[in-house]
Parts: sequence; structure tokens; C-alpha cells
Amino acid sequence: MISSRAAPPKPLGVLCHHIHPSITSASRVNGSAPTPKRQQCRGLATVQDGPAQPPKRTHFGGLKDQDRIFQNLYGHHGADLKSAMKYGDWYKTKEIILKGHDWIISEIKASGLRGRGGAGFPSGMKWSFMNFKDWDKDTKPRYLVVNADEGEPGTCKDREIMRKDPHKLIEGCLVAGRAMNTSAAYIYIRGEFYHEATVLQRAIQEAYKAGFIGKNACGSGYDFDVYIHRGMGAYVCGEETSLIESLEGKPGKPRLKPPFPAAVGLFGCPSTVANVETIAVAPTIVRRGANWFNSFGRERNAGTKLFCISGHVNNPCTVEEEMSISLKELIDKHAGGVRGGWDNLKAIIPGGSSTPILPKTTCDEQLMDFDALKDSQSGLGTAAVIVMDNSTDVVRAISRLASFYKHESCGQCTPCREGSKWTEQIMKRFEAGQARAREIDMLQELTKQVEGHTICALGEAFAWPLQGLVRHFRPELEQRVKGYAEKHGGEARAGGWAHDAQKQGMLIAPGQ
Amino acid sequence: MASQILPRFSRCVTHPSRLPKRSQRRFLTTTPRVASEALQVHRDSPENNPSIPFKFNAINQKLIAEILKRYPPQYKKAAVMPLLDLGQRQHGFTSISVMNEVAKLLEMPPMRVYEVATFYTMYNRDPVGRFHVQACTTTPCQLGGCGSDKIMAAIEDHLGIHPGQTTEDRMFTFSEVECLGACVNAPMVQINDDYYEDLTPESMVTLLKALQATAHATGAAGGTAGIGGESETGMGQRKGEGRDQDGKSGEVDGQAARGYAAKGVKLPSPGPMSGRKTCEPFAGLTSLKEEPWGNEKLRTDGAL
Repeated sequence: MISSRAAPPKPLGVLCHHIHPSITSASRVNGSAPTPKRQQCRGLATVQDGPAQPPKRTHFGGLKDQDRIFQNLYGHHGADLKSAMKYGDWYKTKEIILKGHDWIISEIKASGLRGRGGAGFPSGMKWSFMNFKDWDKDTKPRYLVVNADEGEPGTCKDREIMRKDPHKLIEGCLVAGRAMNTSAAYIYIRGEFYHEATVLQRAIQEAYKAGFIGKNACGSGYDFDVYIHRGMGAYVCGEETSLIESLEGKPGKPRLKPPFPAAVGLFGCPSTVANVETIAVAPTIVRRGANWFNSFGRERNAGTKLFCISGHVNNPCTVEEEMSISLKELIDKHAGGVRGGWDNLKAIIPGGSSTPILPKTTCDEQLMDFDALKDSQSGLGTAAVIVMDNSTDVVRAISRLASFYKHESCGQCTPCREGSKWTEQIMKRFEAGQARAREIDMLQELTKQVEGHTICALGEAFAWPLQGLVRHFRPELEQRVKGYAEKHGGEARAGGWAHDAQKQGMLIAPGQ
Repeated sequence: MASQILPRFSRCVTHPSRLPKRSQRRFLTTTPRVASEALQVHRDSPENNPSIPFKFNAINQKLIAEILKRYPPQYKKAAVMPLLDLGQRQHGFTSISVMNEVAKLLEMPPMRVYEVATFYTMYNRDPVGRFHVQACTTTPCQLGGCGSDKIMAAIEDHLGIHPGQTTEDRMFTFSEVECLGACVNAPMVQINDDYYEDLTPESMVTLLKALQATAHATGAAGGTAGIGGESETGMGQRKGEGRDQDGKSGEVDGQAARGYAAKGVKLPSPGPMSGRKTCEPFAGLTSLKEEPWGNEKLRTDGAL
């Protein structure tokens, strides 16, 4: 009925003429080009997109050895200065420093490097925040803080950099420090890495002795110091503001932002916190050119990355690969495949414990980069791939992570402090099936209440793996509850009480 | 008297005290003591009270002067963490006297030092054994290799203690810890400062036996000051120490040599116990097989 009454649809060209008479008349006056039959018409809601161009490359991975930055990942040569220089470190560092901060930052921006600590913020942009207006009129010292507090379960890449390629990190401190015009760098290394701190300290002393850092670093007239500060075992100190607090000699409890560290950071001075890997790749990027680094990986996810593959694989290892490599290829090529073959795979945590878990169906086609994993409702994080095969008790695995976060919550914000304890208790009960099916939704809701309501990202960090579990393994949780009910003659009451607790004379919460 | 004042019926009511006593049980939730994080408050004990004197020794005082140079002079308190760590290494654990001494040195209110010492898990505020065995049980270790459950069971069986406890001879303290950042080498334990990776229950027991044998051979007493090889009377010479100065150590091949030997008893060297060097794939390299590149790979646009 309606369609018969409606006016016949006008040709698109006519409609456009009403909206943009000038455009169509202009093309008519021009005359030379034949008027297209279907002229494109943009409404307000139309995304302005060029014609979809096919990506230049569709297959990623298979990085060549000559393009690997961390050549000493497996201890091919010593961590000392001499062998580091033989393999390209500290080469033309003076020239790089003399180029000035604008040039270094523009190179890093052009290379498309994104922070390797988990959030993936563009590094060039982050560094440029330090050179705000009138920064040079400020007499305060400025600091670069390197975050080597590697605590994310599954991640073990910074440790390998520090104990095998310490000179890359120190040179990176100098280059990044120059880009941000800082006077000193503090490397905050986690306390458990005692041996790594020793190797790094020795490398720093070598660099001082060779005149690469310290007064008149590399003969460039620029003064730069590098110090080590050892943490003492707190996961939350991996967050930038809590790391700064900890470095100042306080309990590592995150600060509210703003003010951001680039304005008021370490010791009240402008400072920037960056991950070890981000800093360590910077000199090589500058030396080999931004285009070289940008040629790897998909657009906006450029570069190479250290992947740590742990869990149920045949050969767990840390390996440097191209960004955007497919997950399956990464595991099959470097880690010797999943135990019992790819079909034996159950789930994968793609980027360290705080990224949501992915089921096998997603893993089959998954690319490993920031955007692709975000599209799969997970994240690249620190690129720590934790593989679980079919024998895994996935509920227990996530429950263990819940108790990890309960242990590591600093206790400053109530949602995180209390929420991490509740979720841990709920997950402990789910492990045994001592829960009710509706508690799955309660758990989901609880995590949503925490997310975004805490000072630092630890709230999200403990909420996401649980949300991932509920999203992808809900049937498994329900099965647990059912299994418990069958075994014990009834579904557990809320709070984990046995179904006949009341009959046994126990005082349990009313209204069940 | 009461019978005259009070009406009769109120006297008929049974007095609460005459009611049959219902057994009331009240459960205090108690958690087992886990290493240094159980009790957030200090309780004086014979081995940990403020009247026990503590002073940094001469070597450490030199180190403290070095450490203080790293921080801006007006931010002396930034050195509280390294100083507490030094104190712990000298005294064996972070006692209240260590904290007070650090507060005095850094001119901080003692409370600020207590705050720090209670926040970080690596400060042992109770005495620990000579060997502090810290087993990682977080998910990657739980899954990887043979799984940390078996390692935990092996340690419990061999030492006869549960996480958070110390053996009677005060030689071993066993704790369950969170991720130690060696996930591709799972499962792993940290003993004092050293990582032992790629463990199996058998190699774990071998390691513990070797530690016991060394302690026995050197006659080291449990629970004395200084952790592991740190104290003068302790565990023989630490081979790695001499190498720190010569500059050429630190290569990972050298890790195999970073072992301990005391009175002829050799300890397994830290690192992977499975025979692989570090984090490479066990079945052979999949990358970095070609000749490494040097300076010839410089950018070609002439910017440098």
C-alpha cells in the first residue's frame, strides 16, 4: 500500500542536483567529461572514503634475519660493548644526536612505531609531548623513565633484551632521551631480575667508560646519565604513574591523571615512561631509516615485534617477527606447533594475561597486530601468546589469573581492591562448579562496574580476561554448574552453599 | 522484695540465663601466613623488635653513598627501596631495626619506610631460610612444560613444608609467588636471586638435594644472616661475583658458568635445566640462523 502511494524514486542524479546544483551544473558546463550516470551523493552520515584500495601486501611474517633488530636474542654473542658495536650498536650515534630532537621524533613518527608496553600509543607522538611550548625556558631537569618492570604473566621479552642486548637499551635511552631533551634516564627494572640488573649495570659502566653516556655523551656536547632503579616485586608498578611513585620512594600506587607525567612526572619534573622494547628499537630505526621499519606489518601496525610463545606448544620460545603475522603461522613456524596439532587447540590468550582469551575458531584466522586483535575484542598487549590445548581447564586458568590480580591490586581504588577479591572468590567457586548459572551474568556485570572506574588500568586488566571467558566459554561455565548439581544432588546455593545446607541446619543467606 | 514490686507474670518468664545454652561457634577467618605478605602490622618478637641494633657494614655504607648519588639531593627518600634491599641482604630479612635505620639515614619519618616495606612483596618482614624457594604458579607456568602443580608437589614432598613455611633447620623457605617473567621457560622457581627454569619434578628434586648437600658440606647453618652466598660465613664462593668486574662476562653462554661451587660440591647452574641455553626453541633455531648484520645495513638516503 505504502509503496504504491509513494512517489516513484527519482534518479540519483536529479536528487543531487537539488542538493548541489553547482556541482552538477559545473560538470555540465565543462562538457568534456561525459556525465556519469550514477553520480555519488554524500549524505551527512556517509563516511568519506576513497575507493577501497586492495592492501599492498596480504601476507605477513617470514621476517628475514637481516631485518631482525635483536640479533642477540639467543645469546649468539656477548652482551659486552665490543660485540655490541660489532653488530651495529653505537654506530653514528653522535650524528643521530646532533640531528636534534625534531628530526629524531619525525623519524620515529614516520616509522609508525607504537609503544610496545601494551597500550600501543604512537611513540613519536608521545615523545613529542615532552617538547611542549616554551619547554626550553623551563629550568627543571627532565627525565626519561624506562619501564622494565615486566610483570605481565606470559611476557618475557624485556628480560631477554636486558640480559643480552643491554647496549641497545642504553643507546636507545640516549637517542630517545635526546629526542625528548631529557637530562637523565632511570631504568626501573623489576627486583626479581637480579642477574639482568647486573648485566645492565655492567653495560652502563662500559658505556660511561667509553664516553658514550655521561658528560658530553658521544662527543656531541649533550649530557646524559643513565641510572638503574630496582623494583621490589609489585606488578602494579608497571603502570607509568605508579612506577614514578615507586621511583620516588613511595608505595607504588598510581596517581590520577592529569597532570600527565609529561607535565608533572618524576620528582615533579616533566618525564616520560616508555617500555624497554620501544626504547631499544629506536636507534636501529633511526639508523636504518623509518621506511625500512614501516615496510613491515600492516598499515598503522608497523614494525617488528618480540613475541613470547608459552603454554601448550612444543617449543616455547621468544622470537622476533613481523607485526601482523598470522597467529597460526607464528605458532607453527617458531614454537613447533600446538601440542597434539592445531586441532588440539582450545584457546589462546594473545597478548599477556590482561587481554581477553580467544577461542580456536577466532585463532584460525587471527593476525597478530594491534588493530586486528582489537577487532577480535582482544588486544595485542605485550604480544605474549599463551596457548592452551584441549586438555586445559580453561576455567582454572582464568581463575588463576583472577587470583593474580587480587594479589597484585594495590588497594587504592575500591572497585579494583574489592572487585578483584570478589571475582577471585566467584571464580574459585566456578572452578568446582559451586555456583549458580545466573552468577555468570553477575560476574560479567561486576567486571563492567570495575572497568573504567579505577585510577589505573589494572581495573580493566583484571576485568578483561573474565569478560573474555564469559564471552567465549559460557557453555563451559554452565557445564561446571550442571556437573556439580548432578554430582551433589542439586545446584549450589548462592555463595557456594550446598543445596541442602538449610536442611542441615546451616544458617545461609535468606531469599534463595 | 522483687516479688512484691514486679507483677507475677514477669517472674514466670524464664530468665535468659536459664535458657539452655545453644552452642555458639564463631569462625574467625584465618588465612595461612604466606611469606612476607600475611601480616601488615609489626608484632614484636624475639628476633624482630626495635631494640635489636642494626648498622650497615662498611661495604654497604660505601654502596649507600653510591646509591644516593643517583637521585636528586632533595629527593633522598627515593633511595629507600635500594637501601631496604641492602639491609635485607645484610640482615637476612627486613626487620623493624633495618627499617628504622634506613629511616634515620634518609631522614624520613619511619612510617614512610614501613609503608614501603609492607607494600612490596620482596621485602621479607619475617626471617626466611637460607634458601628462599619461590615457585611461580601463575597461568603460563601452570600450563607450560610439565606444569607448576607437579613442581609444587615435588617441593612439598621433598621438603615436607607447604607454601609460606620454613623447614625446621631453617634452611629452606618455600613460597608460592606470582609471575616471575620467565614464561617461555616454564615452569620455574627462583631460589634467592637465581632463576631455575624448564623444571621437571625430577630436576627440581635434584636441585634441592644439591642445595642440601652443599649446605651440609660447608656446614652452613640455616637462617643465618645473609641470603645464599651473600654472607661471609655462608655458601662458599660465588663464581659469578668475580666475573662482574672483568667486563667480558654477561654473554649468555657464560650463564652456564654462572654456577656455584663450594667445598667440591657443585650446584646446578641457574638457567634452564633442560639443556637449552635461554629462550630459543628447544628443537633448534627457527630464526637468527644466518650471519648477523653489522654496520653495512645503514639507511641509504644519506640522512646520516
